Amino acid sequence: MKSFKNHISLVVALVSILFSMQIFMIVDRSISAYKDNLAMNYSLVVVSQKKINTKDLLNKLTSLATIEQLSADKVIKKLNTGISQKNLELLKITLPKFYKFKLKTYPTPSQLKKIKKQLLRYPYITKVETFSNTHDTTYKLLLLFKKVIMVLAITILLVTILLIFKELRIWQFKHNERMNIMGLFGAPTWLRSAVLFRLSIVDALISFAISFVIFSYLAANEWVLNQFANIGISVVVFDKIYDSLIMLSVAILVSILLASFIVLGHKEEV
Amino acid sequence: MDKVIIAQDVSLAYSKEETIINKANFSIDSGSFVFITGASGSGKSTLLKSLYGALKPIEGSLVVGGVELRGVANKKLNFLRKHLGIVFQDYKLVKEWTIEKNIMLPLIINGYEKSITQNQVDSLLKHVRLKHQSGKYPLELSGGEQQRVAMARALAHNPILILADEPTGNLDDYSSQLIWNLLEGANEQLKTTVIVVTHHIPQTMKIEYKHYHIEFGDIHEVI
Repeated sequence: MKSFKNHISLVVALVSILFSMQIFMIVDRSISAYKDNLAMNYSLVVVSQKKINTKDLLNKLTSLATIEQLSADKVIKKLNTGISQKNLELLKITLPKFYKFKLKTYPTPSQLKKIKKQLLRYPYITKVETFSNTHDTTYKLLLLFKKVIMVLAITILLVTILLIFKELRIWQFKHNERMNIMGLFGAPTWLRSAVLFRLSIVDALISFAISFVIFSYLAANEWVLNQFANIGISVVVFDKIYDSLIMLSVAILVSILLASFIVLGHKEEV
Repeated sequence: MDKVIIAQDVSLAYSKEETIINKANFSIDSGSFVFITGASGSGKSTLLKSLYGALKPIEGSLVVGGVELRGVANKKLNFLRKHLGIVFQDYKLVKEWTIEKNIMLPLIINGYEKSITQNQVDSLLKHVRLKHQSGKYPLELSGGEQQRVAMARALAHNPILILADEPTGNLDDYSSQLIWNLLEGANEQLKTTVIVVTHHIPQTMKIEYKHYHIEFGDIHEVI
């Protein structure tokens, strides 16, 4: 029980740091995946007076992913009644060409404006429809969501830092006496602080293990996966190698920093 | 005879405004048993603190075990402390360690082998009559028992010098006698220099000793 109490407070603080960090990473990945998804579904409609050399245009405008010519048959079908076949053929030739341009990434409003300007420089392109109103709303919503999550993560981080500083004071009080006594018998600094570093590394490992179990469970949880599937994206909730390494490094770094602060702040009683 | 402590014009102070010991001169022979007495607040404990480097002289020279303590570097101070045995009035035991581990502390710091450490601790626990309590923690013991643990810790690594600050201050007769016997034994059999700061010199002392008295910031031998 005594040993459990020694560990719990730092473990709680460390787990909350790891938790907020991983949640932020998941949200960031979700937003990226959602952006890719939006880019896939988003396209510009371009009206041209002549057939566009797609290869040439794709080479010149690197932000474009694909160019697809839209068939004019639907429009012609609507006009079919009462127009002779000969006139229809003529209409087919004189009608402008319609194209669907897909982009590599979901653009920002300014990027979209730039693309439109670049396209309109070509004399045969007469109109570029960007559906900017819908685009802007979606993009702003995405940004807002990202900002809200960032504020939340920073708040959690600040609260955790406060928790860690409180823990630092408790540890200072708790370990100072032992370090002082060891110093009076000539123990070098490394020996005086060995217990502290051992304790903090153990706490880092416990916190990592707890976070690993939680996120491994969440990564395999059907409900969580369904939430992402519902918005049409697939997100890596927890990468067992990459994310684990980051978590472990952060946990060890924070706890070693904490122990180092105590060692550096230690002064012998007189 | 070799001198284990040489003080020349030593002044000690906690702040610039108030000097506790003022330009004191004294020396202590190796292997001697010394009592330092004085009224409350005269500077007895301050002097003892300076002997293990917790308080550094503001002027003069203070050499303990060949190490000049004025402006001493941490590494050198640690080296000296490894060869000292200190007994504090408030015991200064590590509360979260068993009494066995507390006694082991100087042996661990001095890098003794595990088997030697264990044998030494077992023998000391017998000497201080606490063998049956070895697994207990300091706060589970009485004041007298805690001071006996502190005494065993001070003797564990056969130090060249034992510094004791009011070692029997608040103890029962049994524990007090045991501690005096241990200090006398260390001095007589191991030729360890012992310096004891106290209000009263016990009447039961069986060995020869020197007596220094502190008064008005000065130290003088009582003959």
